[in-house]
Amino acid sequence: MNREAFQCLDLRSAAAGVVSGDFTSRELVEAMLAGIIERDPAIRAFVHVDADDALRQADAADARRGPGGGRLNGVPVAVKDVLNVAGQPCGCASRILEGYRAPYDATAVARLRREGAVVVGRTNMDEFAMGSTTENSVHGPTLNPWNHGRVPGGSSGGSAAAVASREALAALGSDTGGSVRQPASFCGCVGLKPSYGRISRYGLTAYASSLDQIGPLTTNVRDAALLLNIMSGRDPLDSTSVPDPAPCADDGWAAAGLKGMKLGLPREYFGAGLDPEVAWAVRAAADACAALGAELVEVALPHTEYAIAAYYIIATAEASANLARFDGVRYGRRADGASDPYDLYTRTRAEGFGAEVKRRIILGTYVLSSGYYEAYYRSAQKVRTLIRRDFERAFGQCDAMLAPVAPTAAYRLGETTDDPLKMYLGDILTVTANLAGICGLSVPCGLTDDGLPVGLQVLGPFLGEERVLRVGAAYETARGPFPEPHGGAA
Amino acid sequence: MKYLTTIGLEVHVQLRTRSKMFCACGTGFGAPPNTQVCPVCLGYPGAMPVMNEEAIRLTVMTGLALGCAIPAFSKFDRKSYFYPDMPKNYQISQYDCPLCDGGAVEFESGGQGRRVRMVRIHLEEDVAKNMHFPSFSGVDFNRAGVPLMEIVTQPDMGSPEEAMDFLLALKQTLSYLGVSDCNLEEGNVRCDVNCSVRPDGQEELGTKTEIKNLNTFKGVFHALRHELDRQVDVLESGGRVTQETRRWDADQGVTYSMRSKEDAHDYRYFPEPDLMPVELDAATVGEWRAAIPELPGARRARLTAEYGIPGYAAGVIAADRAVADYFEAAARASKNAKAVSNWVMTEMLRLLGERGMTIGNARVTPGALARLVSLVDSGVVSSTAAKDVFAAMFESGGDPDALVREKGLAQVSDASEIEAIVDRAMEENPKSVADFMQGKSAAAKFLVGQVMRLSRGKANPKLVNEILERKLGAE
Ligand SMILES: [Zn+2]
Repeated sequence: MNREAFQCLDLRSAAAGVVSGDFTSRELVEAMLAGIIERDPAIRAFVHVDADDALRQADAADARRGPGGGRLNGVPVAVKDVLNVAGQPCGCASRILEGYRAPYDATAVARLRREGAVVVGRTNMDEFAMGSTTENSVHGPTLNPWNHGRVPGGSSGGSAAAVASREALAALGSDTGGSVRQPASFCGCVGLKPSYGRISRYGLTAYASSLDQIGPLTTNVRDAALLLNIMSGRDPLDSTSVPDPAPCADDGWAAAGLKGMKLGLPREYFGAGLDPEVAWAVRAAADACAALGAELVEVALPHTEYAIAAYYIIATAEASANLARFDGVRYGRRADGASDPYDLYTRTRAEGFGAEVKRRIILGTYVLSSGYYEAYYRSAQKVRTLIRRDFERAFGQCDAMLAPVAPTAAYRLGETTDDPLKMYLGDILTVTANLAGICGLSVPCGLTDDGLPVGLQVLGPFLGEERVLRVGAAYETARGPFPEPHGGAA
Repeated sequence: MKYLTTIGLEVHVQLRTRSKMFCACGTGFGAPPNTQVCPVCLGYPGAMPVMNEEAIRLTVMTGLALGCAIPAFSKFDRKSYFYPDMPKNYQISQYDCPLCDGGAVEFESGGQGRRVRMVRIHLEEDVAKNMHFPSFSGVDFNRAGVPLMEIVTQPDMGSPEEAMDFLLALKQTLSYLGVSDCNLEEGNVRCDVNCSVRPDGQEELGTKTEIKNLNTFKGVFHALRHELDRQVDVLESGGRVTQETRRWDADQGVTYSMRSKEDAHDYRYFPEPDLMPVELDAATVGEWRAAIPELPGARRARLTAEYGIPGYAAGVIAADRAVADYFEAAARASKNAKAVSNWVMTEMLRLLGERGMTIGNARVTPGALARLVSLVDSGVVSSTAAKDVFAAMFESGGDPDALVREKGLAQVSDASEIEAIVDRAMEENPKSVADFMQGKSAAAKFLVGQVMRLSRGKANPKLVNEILERKLGAE
């Protein structure tokens, strides 16, 4: 098999090829590493690739080749720099975690490894998953494989860019307010944010604990379903994880079409501020679903306008506590010359965190402060409840919803750096799923005139992954193969 | 002027659980630094807490024993502040929905029955231990994450003595429940106290100060006494007490200011998103309630009623559940519970105290003690000799009958044998006999002593007296 053929495999074919002996895991991993060497210098999706380690894992997979080797035996995946993998750095794209090496595997990673997967490298991200562009990284920005003058989205921009440019067959990201779905949309790949608790968060460096979810980024919907099935299910190490694993993708899904399914179009998600080209692509995708037998209905999510405010209050409040542990005492980077513990904290954190992280820690500290708690944090929790009820009501009228992922296609590099508010507002269509704890999928559904991908967001109720994946798979099949990125300068 | 004192306490009690509150690490005391740690209790990125159900049970059992209400819903919160002994720089604690509400401790102080009401009991994780060396500081995280129960009282105590008696009563109850080892040397119990004074007759409470981190009951007592005196001095000299947190310096015997109300921490509590709320159903709480043992107050009353021992003795014995268990086992095997209680209170507790032992590893079995009491009562051994037997059993165990035989300690009650010894004593001490004849009755006592000496303490003293009296009367 030639290198390109390897890089275009879906996960099942890759695993089947290793099992049947069509190729070895070493050959497959070598092909992926060659792709990284060839293409990554242009987009910088990876922050850490240990080729020797990846090949060692591949050889081990080859040694246990056979039906018992696991459903992903010998198949390479990439992970976002926010997930702990034993022995690897886990820098969260931050200076403050310089030198830190994880002593343990995140549960999601351990479950992939149990099925034989090879962790091939670590991908770039916005520092501590705070951002929507992958520009806030100590390693510098990752570029969009479709247009090097554009951002790949964020915060899982490295994972999305790696999958879109076929440097990885699949990658893990994390989604706190859209960080898997939005980069998937910007880069033209599939991104799934599972329901809250579906995949154990143990080993995922926390940004906002009540919103964080690990999610797969893949080239197709069935791969996302497979990874979800492997990683999901109760984990005794995460008390918020839900008991049952998500169902595995069914071969009949696409064939069954969407007959009998009611798909809701939330009115508020097609309002002012939505780029007409994005609106057009999403509506065309909705029509394609209707052609597959789905009934389209308009639904209302009336509290959507409060979502951004509520999200940035809750997320930053939780972040202010979650990031307090980075103090230079036990691991990571420690500032020199401190005279006492408080001086140590101040210097370490001033030197170690980037501007966006500092902005969010300060915001979060403020909203939890005595005298402000009621006005901000408590109100935001009330809004959160209202948004959850919005979805419950709307899912009484439809099985799943179709919406855009982001109001626009990929931003220009630097476009939001001086205007964080603009970046925050771009999250309006994704943060609601995190606030409500429901699941959402991004599937490529078109290109703008500038040749930038647009994603279709499929939203499902809490633990409604099967429906979302069915809709995604059926649409994807009807859509046909999505174009490959051509790269190129701005 | 006369001043009234108001004291409230926050008592932090380390719970007796095998593992830490949110991870599987052990809780043993004295392990080498940083050997009982893992990503969770070190606050590593991505690590998450998992609730130790046993810690919940022990806290709720305590609440039930102290008459607290157990809300059906309780939750954990993050309390944020930066300090090197805090792995995450927030502590998982409980803010507005503790596991136990209200309740009270009843005890005796100054010969009077007292009742101190509780505000609440909540559960939190302990912090690490900072250690300072000449050129650097270190942190030992072995203790970080050990479950800590915080008992908060109303300001119901009126003197340091009463606070002390409260703590002793609380400690007794906690030991009875088995929820904590209550080992003060190992820092199992630590107190924050707050206190204020006001002129007699004034309704409104005075400004209070808080003294943090007292780890002995004696420390609580002395710190309170000093701090209350200091507050009175401030008022007497026309000043005003500042609301502040102070620290007790045991070596200097003074409290000093740590921080004032103005720079108090803003802990920014918010609900811990990594843990589910605790929802306790009535059946579980009922089960735990049923498992509560008889508590010290009830046991004291029962020991008096059931065994007829004096209230004081019952108090001493009931103070320790294991001692009371021992006493009851021995008393049930004996016909003389009062004598058993005397042995336990005096010889047993004295020897245990001298050796720093607990009754759990005493070698005198309850059965052996009961037998020894019956040997004394039936006149087989004198009470003096019985002490030797007890001491021997305390050293190496064994059966009292065998020890009496081996040591030849059996009491001589054979009249002719004693008569012979009395004769010998009189022969050897003619002057004493003459003195007695001249009316010096003290000489008789001397002669009794000589008889006892000659019999190596084994002569039955009652018979010695009788025979000696008779013989002297015949002279
Ligand atoms: Zn631990």
